[in-house]
Order: sequence, then C-alpha cells, then structure tokens
Amino acid sequence: MSKTSAAPDHKSKEAYFTATQGQLIWARFKRNKSAMAGLVVLATLILSGLFAPFLTPYDPTVAGRDMSYLNGAPQIPRMWDENGFSWRPFVYTTKRTRSIKTNFRWVTVVDKKARRYLTFLPKGDPYKLFGMHLRTHLFGVDKGKIHLFGTDAAGKDIFSRTFHAINTSLAVGTIGVFLAFVLALIIGGISGFYGGITDSVLQMLTDSIRTVPAIPLFMALAAFVPPEWSAEARFFFISTILGLIGWPTLARRVRTHLLTERNQDYVLAARLSGASAAHIIRRHLLPSFTSYIIVDLVISFPYMVLSETALSFIGLGLKDPVNSLGVMLQNVTKADVLLNYQWYFIPVIFFIVLVLAFVFVGDGLRDAADPYSDNKS
Amino acid sequence: MTRLLTVENLTVQFDTTEGRITAVDDVSFSLDRGRVLGVVGESGSGKSVTAKALMKLNPGNAVYGGQSKITLHLDGGEVDVMALRKARDLRIVRGGAISMIFQEPMASFAPALTVGSQMVEQLLIHSDMSKKRAREISIEMLDRVGIPDPVRRFGQYAFELSGGMRQRAMIAMALSTHPKLLIADEPTTALDVTIQAQVIDLMKELVAEFHMGIIFITHDLGVIAQTADDIAVMYLGKIVETGPVRQVIRAPAHPYTRGLLAALPRLDDLDAPLTPIPGDIPSPLERPEGCVFHTRCGEIIGDVCRGQVPCFHAVGEGRAAACHLYDHNGEGSA
Amino acid sequence: MTPLIRTRNLSVHFPLRTGLLGKKKVVHAVENVSVDIAPGSFFGLVGESGSGKTTFGRALLRAAPVVAGRAHYDDGEVAYDLRAIDGEDLKDYRSRAQMIFQDPYAALSPRMTVRDIIAEPLEVMKLTSSRAETDERVREIAARCRLNLEHLRRYPHAFSGGQRQRISIARALVSKPRFVVADEAVAALDVSIQADVLNLLRDIQRDMGLTFLFISHDLSVIAHTCDFVAVMYLGRLVETAPARQLFAAPLHPYTRALLSAIPSLDPDETRKAQKLQGEIPSPIDPPPGCKFHTRCPFATDMCRETEPELEEAESGHQVACLRWKELG
Repeated sequence: MSKTSAAPDHKSKEAYFTATQGQLIWARFKRNKSAMAGLVVLATLILSGLFAPFLTPYDPTVAGRDMSYLNGAPQIPRMWDENGFSWRPFVYTTKRTRSIKTNFRWVTVVDKKARRYLTFLPKGDPYKLFGMHLRTHLFGVDKGKIHLFGTDAAGKDIFSRTFHAINTSLAVGTIGVFLAFVLALIIGGISGFYGGITDSVLQMLTDSIRTVPAIPLFMALAAFVPPEWSAEARFFFISTILGLIGWPTLARRVRTHLLTERNQDYVLAARLSGASAAHIIRRHLLPSFTSYIIVDLVISFPYMVLSETALSFIGLGLKDPVNSLGVMLQNVTKADVLLNYQWYFIPVIFFIVLVLAFVFVGDGLRDAADPYSDNKS
Repeated sequence: MTRLLTVENLTVQFDTTEGRITAVDDVSFSLDRGRVLGVVGESGSGKSVTAKALMKLNPGNAVYGGQSKITLHLDGGEVDVMALRKARDLRIVRGGAISMIFQEPMASFAPALTVGSQMVEQLLIHSDMSKKRAREISIEMLDRVGIPDPVRRFGQYAFELSGGMRQRAMIAMALSTHPKLLIADEPTTALDVTIQAQVIDLMKELVAEFHMGIIFITHDLGVIAQTADDIAVMYLGKIVETGPVRQVIRAPAHPYTRGLLAALPRLDDLDAPLTPIPGDIPSPLERPEGCVFHTRCGEIIGDVCRGQVPCFHAVGEGRAAACHLYDHNGEGSA
Repeated sequence: MTPLIRTRNLSVHFPLRTGLLGKKKVVHAVENVSVDIAPGSFFGLVGESGSGKTTFGRALLRAAPVVAGRAHYDDGEVAYDLRAIDGEDLKDYRSRAQMIFQDPYAALSPRMTVRDIIAEPLEVMKLTSSRAETDERVREIAARCRLNLEHLRRYPHAFSGGQRQRISIARALVSKPRFVVADEAVAALDVSIQADVLNLLRDIQRDMGLTFLFISHDLSVIAHTCDFVAVMYLGRLVETAPARQLFAAPLHPYTRALLSAIPSLDPDETRKAQKLQGEIPSPIDPPPGCKFHTRCPFATDMCRETEPELEEAESGHQVACLRWKELG
C-alpha cells in the first residue's frame, strides 16, 4: 500500500474510532434508503406545516373563503391552451350560474378567455408567523383566487386548509408526546431505578391505566366538554388527554431499559468509584438510553396524530372551523363527497404520507440505534 | 478409510455497514468417517463461520466466494452443499446428515416446548417413523447420554435442567437422527471444568459408538488434545497449520501455533513464563496483507511475509503449515 | 504482618422474591468465610460457577449484602470495619479498593471517551484539583497499561477485547488503590491476549505494591499468577494454601477433582482418576453436612451430617474435610 493512499484511509479510520454513538447511528441511518426517503418527506411536511401561512395563498378559515367558488374542483395551472401559449402559468376564471336551463341548479362555467395569471409573493390575507404580522404569500393569482386542491362547501381553499391541518395535527401530537414522555420518564424512571415494591406498585398503576378502554373514555369526555369551549381550549384538552393515556407504553420501555442497564458492569464500576446515584443517572444511564427514547418518540408520534385524527373523525375532538387532519377526514364521510367532490380526499393522501414517513423514519432509527441490526438478513 | 467431507477454497465474506468483511479466506480441508477434526482458533479466526457454512447457516449478508465448494460424501452419493437452495433440500445438511451442537444449550432449545417434544419433532422431520417410535428413540438417547430418569426429563422444559444436563440433552437430540457428521461449536466452553470433563468423556464414547465424523470447534487447546485426532489451527479466516493432533501439539510448525502453546498457562510447569503473542488480533476490517499473522509474528523473515500469502508446505507425515519459513520444503497437500 | 483484608465468618445472603406474595427464599451465596489477605500478595480465589467467589469479592467492596461475620481493612495508614463504614470513610475506602471486571465490553460506558472513563474515579472522588492534574494522572496510568495517548480520545467501540481490558485496568488503578478485586479479569480474553494481561497485572502489582484478590474459575491461570490460593465450593472455603503447596499436594477431594478435570495438553495423558459425578447443588437449598458430599466419591454418613471446619493441615495450608487424613 502506498503512503498517499494510506493517509485518507487512516483519517477515515480515526473518524470511526472517535465517532460518538450519535454519529455511528447517523452513519447507519444514512444507509437505509427507505428511512432516508421518509426523513426527506417528513422534513418537507413538517416545514410546510410550520410555514403553512406563507406557503398557502389564503386564510384557511371562513375569512379566506371564496364565495364565488363553492365546492369547486381543483384548478391546475397551465401554460398553454387552444388560445395560445403564455410564459406565466394561468388558471381560468369560473362563474357559477343557475337558470331555467339547469333546472335552477348551480353549475360552474369555465371561462377560458378570462385567464388568471399566477403571481409570486403577492400581498394577501394577513397572518402571523413566528410573532410577525405578515401579508406576503408564496403565490397567488393576479385577479380572483386560485384553488390548487379545490374548495369545500363553504368555499374554503382545501390547499390552504391541508397545510394548516398538518401544522395543527403535528402540534397536537407534539404536546401529547411531550406530556406522555415526561410522565413516562418520571414514572418509568422511578420504577426501573428503584425496583422492588415501588416498581410493583407503579406497574400496577401502569397496567390499570392501560386497561381503560379508549373509545368509551373519549365518549364520556366528549359529553363532559362544554360546547362553548373555544377551539384552542378543545385543542389543549385533546392533547392533554392523549398525553395522559399515552404514557404507559413508553414508561414500560423506560423501566425495562433501566432495569437491564442498571445491572451492567459499568454502572457497578461507577458505583465502586464512589459515584452518587445522580451522577450515575446523568453520566451513564441517561446517555445510554437517549437514542432509544428518541426512537420511541418518533415511533409513538404517528399514533398521536392517528388518535387526534380518530377523535376528530368521530366528532369528539376538534370541530370544523379548526383545521386538523382529523377534521379534514371527517368531511369526506358524506356520500355526496364520494360521488361529486372527490378532491376532498387530497388531505387524506397527505395524512397517509405523513404517518408512513414517521413509521419509516422510526423503523430506520430503531435499526440504526441497534448495533446488532447489521446481522439481520 | 472413507472420505466424509471435502471443503475446497471456502471463502465467506459479510456485507456490513463498515464494508465487506472477510471472515473465512480460501479454506480447504477434509474429514474421514470416524475421525475427529479439532478446529482451534481465537475470536475472529472464522472457525464458527466455517462450521456454519457446512450447514449454510450463515446470516443473509454472507457472501460465498465463487470457488467455494463443499462436498458431502454419503452412501447414496455426493451432495454439493453450496448448490442447495430450497428448504427441503437443505434438510439433508440441517439435522439430516449433519447435526450441530452449540456453546449455549439454553439457546438451542425453544423455551416453551419440552425437551422431548423437540426431539420427537426433529425425528419426525428427518424420517418417516411413527410418533410412538420417535418417543421411544428419544428416551433411549437421553438415557444413552447419561441423563438419569430420562422419562421424566423427556417431559421437562430446558430451563428445568442444569447446565450440564442441557448440554447432554442437546447432544442426545443432535445424535438421535444418526448424523454422519457432527459439528460441535465450543460445546464445553460454557461449562465448569468438572462438567466439561464429563461431556468430553461422553463425546469420546459416542464417536466410537456411532462412527461419525466430528468437527470439534474450540479455542481451548487442552480440549482439542483430549478429543481430536487431527487439528486445524485457524487465524483470521485462514487455516495456518494442519496435522495429527499429537505431532502438532508436541512440535508445532507454524509460529502462531507455537505462540498459542507458549501463551497457555501450564499446570505441569509453574515456573514457565507466560509468553503472550505480541500485539492484538487485528480487527477483521484491517486484515493484514501477505501472511495474515505477520503483524504479530516473532519469526518474520522479511518482506515476503508482508507481501505474499504463504501457501501450504509439507512439514511432516500428514502435516502442513502455511508459512514462508518452509518455502524451501516444496508444496504440500492441504 | 497485619493482613490488609481480614474476614471472620463472613456470610452473604440474597433474598429471592418470587412475586409479590411468593414465599421468600434465600440464596446462601457466601457462608462463614474467614480469610487473611496479606498486603502485597496476589491472592487467588478459585471455584466453579455458583461457588460464591464473585459475591465474596463484591462483599469486600461493599457491593453485596453481608448478613453476618466481620470484615476489616487495614493498610497501615487507615483501618476500616467494612461492615460499619459509611460517609467520608466509605468514600476514602472506594479510592483504596477497586475492581476489574470480567467482561471488558460491559464494564466500559459506551458513550464516554476512554479519557473520560479512566478519569471518572478521579473526578467523582475529587482526587485531583485541576483538569490538568487529572489529565496528567490519566496519561500516566494509560502509559503504564500500554495504551497510546491517541487512544484516549476514542470511544470503547473502537477497541479489541484485550485493549478494553487494559482500559478497564487503567480505570481501576487511576485512583492509586491499595487493594484490587480482579473478577475473572482474563476469562473473556483470547489465549494469546490473556497471557499479556496476566503479565501486566503481575508487573503492576509488583511495581505499585498492590494487593490483588484474583478471582477465577481457571486453575491453571491461578497457578501461574497467585501466591496464595483459596478454593471455594458452594459458598464455603474448602481449602487454602500457598499456591505451590496447593498444586503440588492438594488435600481436599474437590481440589483434586478440579485439578484432574483440566484437559491435559498431552493427548496420551487421559487423567481418568477422579471424574466427579453430578453438578454443584443450588445455593438456595444447600445440602446438610459437608456441602461437597453429594459429589464426593469418599463421602460417608458422617460427611452427610457434620459440616467440616477449616483446619490447619500444615503451616499455612488449611482444609475443610472430615477425612483428609485418611485420604492423604
């Protein structure tokens, strides 16, 4: 081996030797193609959720509705039609009419002559993003409105609603997961670290929480929630409930991990060096399971989103003016929608993609965090 | 003597996240019926991977070299093990003609099934005997390996048996199908010395009785000396020395075999200094070029060791060593 | 000379709980063990799995529940009653008594660099006043244990078994202890590496004037490293003697059986003489009388009823067997 080729080789080896566990996990994660794809999709969705007010052209509530385009079909921007070519993408103006000819039913007529040209960074509905009051949106049209995913019965833009819904659902999930995580860490941590009677009692508590059937509990809670509660109050209530029933699984994992980890030789070695319990937990136990906890959180996230969706879907959670994926799903239950307004299903696709992305990333992380996953066939 | 197994140019590599790792590199050996071949080596020597290759038990990321050839000579004809693909065909090497016993017997018994039901199941898979007959044979075998009260043990679970008893039960299970070849992978390593002595005695009796070939894998030269007829010393995926066990242990030819023997604390001479082989076993990611042992060898000749893979040279009756020290001896048979 | 460690009738029991309402069982891990470990000695403790040798070692480091007997530590500077020690004294004792573990993979925190692992005892016990001093001590001990300085920045995953064990040894020695319990310190290592670690331990013991309690199941390793040997069976000492004497003329039938069970390197030497039958009984329910009678080829009714005490056979050579004189 010549010296020139040995040098970079040595460098890469040194990088491997001095790599932290986190770096090793990332190196393994990067090799997993489906997990990486999931990560890209997930990051895109989270970012588009966060920047939803900017990315979408209109206010997703009634304030931003398009009175002239109720239950309107998606409008796909084009650059060319029989009337000629345009460098700027455009959509057509539509008009709703009813007359004796249509048996007085509302029909939408497309006026191909009246083009609406796409504009970028126009001023539109006011919104608040990270504390700033802004009016600029990513795109819009020069006159009238554009509805990439169509509109619903109230004329609200489904494109705008979908992205805001992702944001809401993720927020509910985050609060729920965070609450569950804190409870799990405290209860599972005490249970696993002290063991014995404490452990037995806490495990009984955990088990009794697990036996509470979710749906009847939700129904009881729905009856309890006063109808005059604001959307925000409902939102926090739902998140809290999800957190309160979500912790046992996580607590169990924390406990199991602590129980095995605290019997490891290196913990005894630290104890024999005179280290206090606090030092052992901080320096040895916590770092040893942060990666597992992160994996667990990522895996439990889609369940939170699913639960919120399920709750909202059966009408116990968030209600229509609020945009969440569950609310959007609730709207597609009518036969009318299935027959005439199929574009209501577009948010469902986003929902499926979001959950799948979480599952892929979670699986990838789990495999990467497990040093023995290499040997799997 | 009749040939039982021929392994030619076996190469096994594993695809891992750190790259392709060579576990076994161009290994050839053969085994006759009724003989015990002791394969000795330290961690990373590839001894277990070689054994698992005979049953095609290596995990899915294993890549076999194109030249690799494993032939099993049975009464009904030859079996090309590398060519076996379907589960049905693989049965012949998995519990049919070849059985395996492992270091950790607890792991080889399903925890939720009784020892007896697993033995019967195995017999039913590999033969067309009745369930009743299978049960009789199983109890007979348990009795044969020295398990007291075999009828009661037949109905017990693995965790109810002690360590030594479990190892005996596993031997009974492995032998109940009358395999032609038994692979024993560190079968006594997890046992206490007094129990190890019992198991070694038992295995010696069984070889004589069943007249099968045994590949006995261990890191313990003492165990090899007491059980094997022939020995193959492995280091980093290569066989470095082969020969009859007496001659090899009394007058080792390869510097690695010499080093291993010198590093062993011996009870017959308490004053002898322990001489370690210098350095550490290289990680499989950094296999040395040339002779794999040159990084730790005390008898290195020069650049030939660093640059050229040594081939086998005859170093005595039935003996061969892969070392440049014997380059003038001419080619030997591997 | 005052022994560094002196135990008298030391017993360690573990309560075994089977469920919340299950019947309480007790594991009699160590029973009535009395030893004197002389300062500067390499004291070997040998026994099979379940003999209680590990528990005894941990009890001396206050890591196992002692239920009866006495244990004292006296290094000339300080003397501690190991059953009563606590607070500042216990902290001080921790710096004076350390442990080396069997499994070099489990004993090193996977998320800390080698430097941090070795420095941890110094940092938690506040034995150094500055980071520079800590680093100095770490470099010093690392060099002693033949670790390169560039190794210190790495994480344990980058090391082989032998190197990890050297890290483990460096960590145990960094606080300059007087007494080290080495629990199967070479059992997990390959033969070619094992000799290296054994030599390292011996060198360090000689150079630093340490006292080792070397626990092992391997008689040949014990024979080559230890000055004095104690043989344990089912929680009891059955024989103690200077190493040479023990291996030249073992008195207890168990010691003899252990010796003859080691597979000889000579293929023609098949020591058939004393193969033991059966296995070590459970320490939850130890047999009455001599604990070895269930497997002893020489057991009589007397052995089944009376438990033998350790008695002096020769100077420094003790044996706990009722019939050792007849069997001689």
